[in-house]
Amino acid sequence: MMRKVRADLHLHTCLSPCADDEMQATAIVRQAKRVGLDVIGICDHNSGENAAAVISAGEREGLAVIPGIEITSSEEAHILGLFSTEHGLMTVQDVVYENLHGENLEQAFGPQTVVDEWDRVVGTNSRLLIGATTLTVDQVVEVIHCAAGLAIASHVDRERFSLIGQLGFIPKGLGLDAVEVSMPSSIEQEYDYPVVTFSDGHFLEDIGRNSTYFMIEDVSVEEIRKALRNEMGRKVSLH
Amino acid sequence: MKLTELTEKLNLSVRSAQANLEREVTGGYASDLLSDVIGNSKEGNLWVTLQIHPNIVAVASMKDLAGIVLVNGREPEQETIEKAEAEDVVIMVTKMPTFELVGRLYGLGVSGMK
Repeated sequence: MMRKVRADLHLHTCLSPCADDEMQATAIVRQAKRVGLDVIGICDHNSGENAAAVISAGEREGLAVIPGIEITSSEEAHILGLFSTEHGLMTVQDVVYENLHGENLEQAFGPQTVVDEWDRVVGTNSRLLIGATTLTVDQVVEVIHCAAGLAIASHVDRERFSLIGQLGFIPKGLGLDAVEVSMPSSIEQEYDYPVVTFSDGHFLEDIGRNSTYFMIEDVSVEEIRKALRNEMGRKVSLH
Repeated sequence: MKLTELTEKLNLSVRSAQANLEREVTGGYASDLLSDVIGNSKEGNLWVTLQIHPNIVAVASMKDLAGIVLVNGREPEQETIEKAEAEDVVIMVTKMPTFELVGRLYGLGVSGMK
């Protein structure tokens, strides 16, 4: 049975230095349910260390959670990676960490808190997660695809940290699975790739502000991939 | 001023389209946001940037810029050089950071405003 699933697959947690402290596992899941989302994705900057906690909180509270990451390329373009498994995310995180240098300066960029599924603080990430990796956009997409993930260019309609802002246009043959837009007015634009919109939420009240509907059979990255490709009756709808 | 004079005076190393060094430079533009360069650079400008992605060639070609200088000792990606050769876009490199290079260009009469 096909059903319409409302998704916000680009949320940050308190691990991202620029996100609010309240963006913790249970709090995110409860807010997502409150605003009527069926599935969320956790995509912190250059790290996946809070994804497992949100997934566990989601299992407990009854919400599907997809593990992901938002990687900063060497050109300072942001690319989302969404994975079927936590293992996929962790293999990508390893590559990101090998290519990400520097230490976080908490006073300047903010804290990078690792939490458990009950929102208890279990640690701090000391890497410079706000920084850029030494991976080119092509390499970032390749690394995500090697782990069978979906590669989606973040907020391409913004100037800062977007593929189009940084590189003027989407390089030919990049092989993205979709592009994400932030503003409703961008939805009608032609991008050569399927268009989705998510909130890029950094605060609890951002969650679900933008969302995309997928007509799919069950909530999984594989089904979402089919929807993005318009395969076997699966579809994407922005309304 | 011609590109060839600038490469000599500032000791810039040429990485592509050597044959195009006779091109006249009308002014300069410095930016690492390619969307901004598309919006604001002018024909004949010398473009100073640290981006090395192949898209810099397309932008320089589209805007008919005189050439690109990569700063901080950054080297173009191989694909960038190949595209630049194919599209006759001059790419030069320098060890100087942007601030120093732009200051020296200005001193030689290359201006950012008409």
